[in-house]
Amino acid sequence: MAALPAAPKPQLVKGAPLVAKAEVRDLDFYYGDFRALNGINMTVHERRATALIGPSGCGKSTFLRCFNRMHDLYPGNRYDGEITLHPDNTDLLSRSVDPIEVRMRIGMVFQKPNPFPKSIFENVAYGLRVRGESSRRRIEEKVEEALTNAALLDEVKDRLHEPAYNLSGGQQQRLCIARALATDPELLLFDEPTSALDPIATASIEELIHDLKERVTILIVTHNMQQAARVSDFTAYMYLGELIEFGVTDELFIKPKMKQTEDYITGRFG
Amino acid sequence: MPEHASKQYDLDLGSIRSRVLQMGGLVESQIRRALEALVSGERALADEVIADDHRVNAMEVALDGDCSQLIVRRQPAAGDLRMIFAITKTVTDLERIGDEAQKIARMAKAIHERGKNQMPPAVDVRHAAELAISMLRRTLDAFARLDCNVAQEVIRDDAGIDAEFRAVLRQLITYMMEDPRTISTALEIVWIAKAIERIGDHAKNMSEYVIYIVKGTDVRHTRME
Repeated sequence: MAALPAAPKPQLVKGAPLVAKAEVRDLDFYYGDFRALNGINMTVHERRATALIGPSGCGKSTFLRCFNRMHDLYPGNRYDGEITLHPDNTDLLSRSVDPIEVRMRIGMVFQKPNPFPKSIFENVAYGLRVRGESSRRRIEEKVEEALTNAALLDEVKDRLHEPAYNLSGGQQQRLCIARALATDPELLLFDEPTSALDPIATASIEELIHDLKERVTILIVTHNMQQAARVSDFTAYMYLGELIEFGVTDELFIKPKMKQTEDYITGRFG
Repeated sequence: MPEHASKQYDLDLGSIRSRVLQMGGLVESQIRRALEALVSGERALADEVIADDHRVNAMEVALDGDCSQLIVRRQPAAGDLRMIFAITKTVTDLERIGDEAQKIARMAKAIHERGKNQMPPAVDVRHAAELAISMLRRTLDAFARLDCNVAQEVIRDDAGIDAEFRAVLRQLITYMMEDPRTISTALEIVWIAKAIERIGDHAKNMSEYVIYIVKGTDVRHTRME
């Protein structure tokens, strides 16, 4: 008997066709003699959010920090392999590539909000000034645009010159996102951006990540699997420095391919 | 499958699963007693089945509540999520099987109150009923052991019950044409046969959920090779 056509499956990857923003090939990373990442291969898709999940010490933050060469700040660290940033095919790990240039293209937001001890305005303007922007009008425009995109402008427009420390934790984190957005990054790295925030502030950051996907590619490390499920289009599960599984988020949280992933996301990880 | 890091999670999930099986056992007993009442004409037994339906309904409500609690507290993922999702649907099917058993008991009472002289001769739904009970029992076994092979057998067996139903219907139409005095009772037997056929459908649904739990594949509304 001929089989009926299978019931239509929900479209797993929503939106525009996938375009690779960054491709990781055979990436190893060493803290001195210790190999923290082992042969990672993965594609980061443009204008999509990719979540990195895994137990503490699995290498997800180490992996994230490879993208903007944060490890260069400490001696003895070593990368092997390639991270190619498209469309210009820049190898981010190449010695000939200036890490400062890399960080202009790839912004980062950390676990705890870390505004500079400056005014709200100057926090956002800082990256523009470092880049050499001197036009006051241009800086004002970019600050306003970044604060708007970080969903913060309405809350701070009347006190732009007050110290950033006067803001609440959630507002400070959105200010850090605005600061990262001001230089028009192509890729935004989030390292557990809501772990120090309350549920309301967390929800506003997650909403913001959702909106930001329209203009920037996002890579987010999170310990909160529900957050990964909520905000990301793709999820990568890492364990002991290896990429165990990478897939569409909707599928990975319902039907993971690897037993190790299943054990971790169902809380069976011993 | 290894245990959860949270022992309480294992206990909660285990408790829900075992109560689904208990509910299945109660529902199976409801069908058996309803059919016994049909054959023996024992009115008290039919009344017991009708009265016991509230126990099935109460189990459905309690299990749904516990599944909601587990979702809120544990946010189940992957295999656990599929299990809870399948259980909430299984419980609905079991409750509906309970309703079908109650329907059979009501019809049994009506048929015997009307008297045997209006009974069409030689129409026997027992074979279809045994097949339906066997499907229910095997689907519960498949659920308990997460056995896809048994679940697939049950899905295939549903066609047998459908064929039995059509055969019963043909026979009854013949009797009704030959002797119109049998029409009222014959119609009640049609309802009983239909209830048995629906029990088969529900057992098939439950087997499809077992395949979803184990493989993550939704086989509903697809035809098996």
